Amino acid sequence: MTLVFTLKQEPDQRLDLSPLVPHLLDGKSAAEIAAIELQTTREKRTVGDVFNIKAGEAGTIRFEGGSGRLDNLGAGLKSGEISIEGAVGHAAGHDMSGGRLTINGDAGPFAGTGLSGGRLEIKGNAGDFLGAPLDGDMEGVTGGLIIVRGSAGDRTGDRLRRGTIVVEGAAGDYPGSRIIAGTLIVLGGAGRLPGYLMRRGTIVLGSAAGLSPTFVDCGAHNLVFASVFARLLRPDSKGAADLLEKRLRRFGGDTAVLGKGELFFPA
Amino acid sequence: MREIIKNGVRIDDTFAEAFPMRGTAIIITAPNLKWARQAATTMTGFATSVIGCGVEAGIDSEVAADKTPDGRPGVRVLLLSMSTDMLQTQLVNRAGQCVLTSPGSAVFGDLDSPDRLAIGDSLRYFGDGWQISKKFLDRHFWRIPVMDGEFLCEATTGLTKKAVGGGNLLIMGASFATTMNAAEAAIEAMNGVDGAIMPFPGGVVRSGSKVGSKYSGVPASTNDAYCPTLRGVTKSALDADVGAVLEIVIDGLTESAVADAMRVGLAAIVKLGPKDGALRVGAGNYGGKLGPFHFHLKDLLP
Repeated sequence: MTLVFTLKQEPDQRLDLSPLVPHLLDGKSAAEIAAIELQTTREKRTVGDVFNIKAGEAGTIRFEGGSGRLDNLGAGLKSGEISIEGAVGHAAGHDMSGGRLTINGDAGPFAGTGLSGGRLEIKGNAGDFLGAPLDGDMEGVTGGLIIVRGSAGDRTGDRLRRGTIVVEGAAGDYPGSRIIAGTLIVLGGAGRLPGYLMRRGTIVLGSAAGLSPTFVDCGAHNLVFASVFARLLRPDSKGAADLLEKRLRRFGGDTAVLGKGELFFPA
Repeated sequence: MREIIKNGVRIDDTFAEAFPMRGTAIIITAPNLKWARQAATTMTGFATSVIGCGVEAGIDSEVAADKTPDGRPGVRVLLLSMSTDMLQTQLVNRAGQCVLTSPGSAVFGDLDSPDRLAIGDSLRYFGDGWQISKKFLDRHFWRIPVMDGEFLCEATTGLTKKAVGGGNLLIMGASFATTMNAAEAAIEAMNGVDGAIMPFPGGVVRSGSKVGSKYSGVPASTNDAYCPTLRGVTKSALDADVGAVLEIVIDGLTESAVADAMRVGLAAIVKLGPKDGALRVGAGNYGGKLGPFHFHLKDLLP
């Protein structure tokens, strides 16, 4: 049976939900869970203050009701499932390494930062810096899969190292900035300078965008890896699969740095 | 040796003795089936027996385009060897020389196992720094730029230590022509069994061997007991009516795949009957003390 947290009302301060993940709640009683502190100010707020709790197995957790003040939802998730009916704040899925996190609403900035495994799905829009490293981190996403059904903000996938990010809507400025490797797919096109200072990695955009002059045209191709990725992605994103099955024009870059990355548009 | 007679075909009450091997499976794809088969045929050439080839390999089956990882027509290839090291060496050498070189090809692992053999993880160095690593969840691929575009190769494939090599049927007929009829009927049926290959030319071997030789340093020599021209002068296993013997050797990823292949092969030979096919079917063994797998013909009869 699912463990359910129902939000009582809009919180009066930002809350850190990182303790509410399966591996930290496993074996705890409803009373013990209700006593967990979530506050980010000097005003103490426990789980019981903020949520009504319906006890259940901690392997599957559902949140009823969201807020832009709910930060770090699903942080450190290793296995199991978390879903929320509503919005989340900063850094949802922070350092997730497995399991599934589903946000049936909008996510704030830095969603999926440090993701190294598992699956993060955002049904609404994602904020700026999707999957990007937090201050002091060297890398953004290093594995797993992020899917955004809506649009994403600026600097989507910044410092991506490994793993796959799919944005079914549009991305803001500088998507895939400074990426080290990995795959970023944006169906709805992008703002300024996609792939700015990318070293390696693959960015696939649904429509052409203004590129930095440091990208060079490598011609249109039907590449086998794109059809393999199309087939692997089809269960999760039909749009991404359809885009990857098109003939794609390859641009190599960013030659301002290492230059072993690539940017694809439909040819 | 007591005989069983089925549809006029004499079946020896004996067994094929088989050995544990290391095995792996890959799928080779190409823009069309012709070139997928070409790459697979080239890769599995000179791979009849571990005695001289290092590996025994063959085409397991064709894989329809909607069943391959890239949606192009493919061919499943099995490779088996006596040691993991030899299998690894042969897999990379053959994939590198025969598949990487073949126009439009791609290679995918096709065996689920925690034990892995490198393919792309070794071949990537051909890319000279331009190779691209691509991961999707637990799948890992290497893209190597080549003159017709890119060679895509999965990083690793699975290794099974439970493969079985050396299942066999000895088909004995009145003449070469009728014996060949029986062998071809058996091979056609056995080609339909998944997870098993018949590594000899067209699946058939005419020079069956015994262990050892009168000459030092020769590991295997002709199976004189089954040579029809020596029937009078050696300790022969052949009856007066047998004029030719052909052998089918079967390797499989599992013991049951080898048994299934022998079963359908035997059924095809029995169905053909003695007039246009085999008079007698036997199997090769070493007394049962060397190999742990014993396939008794009487258990496999239709």
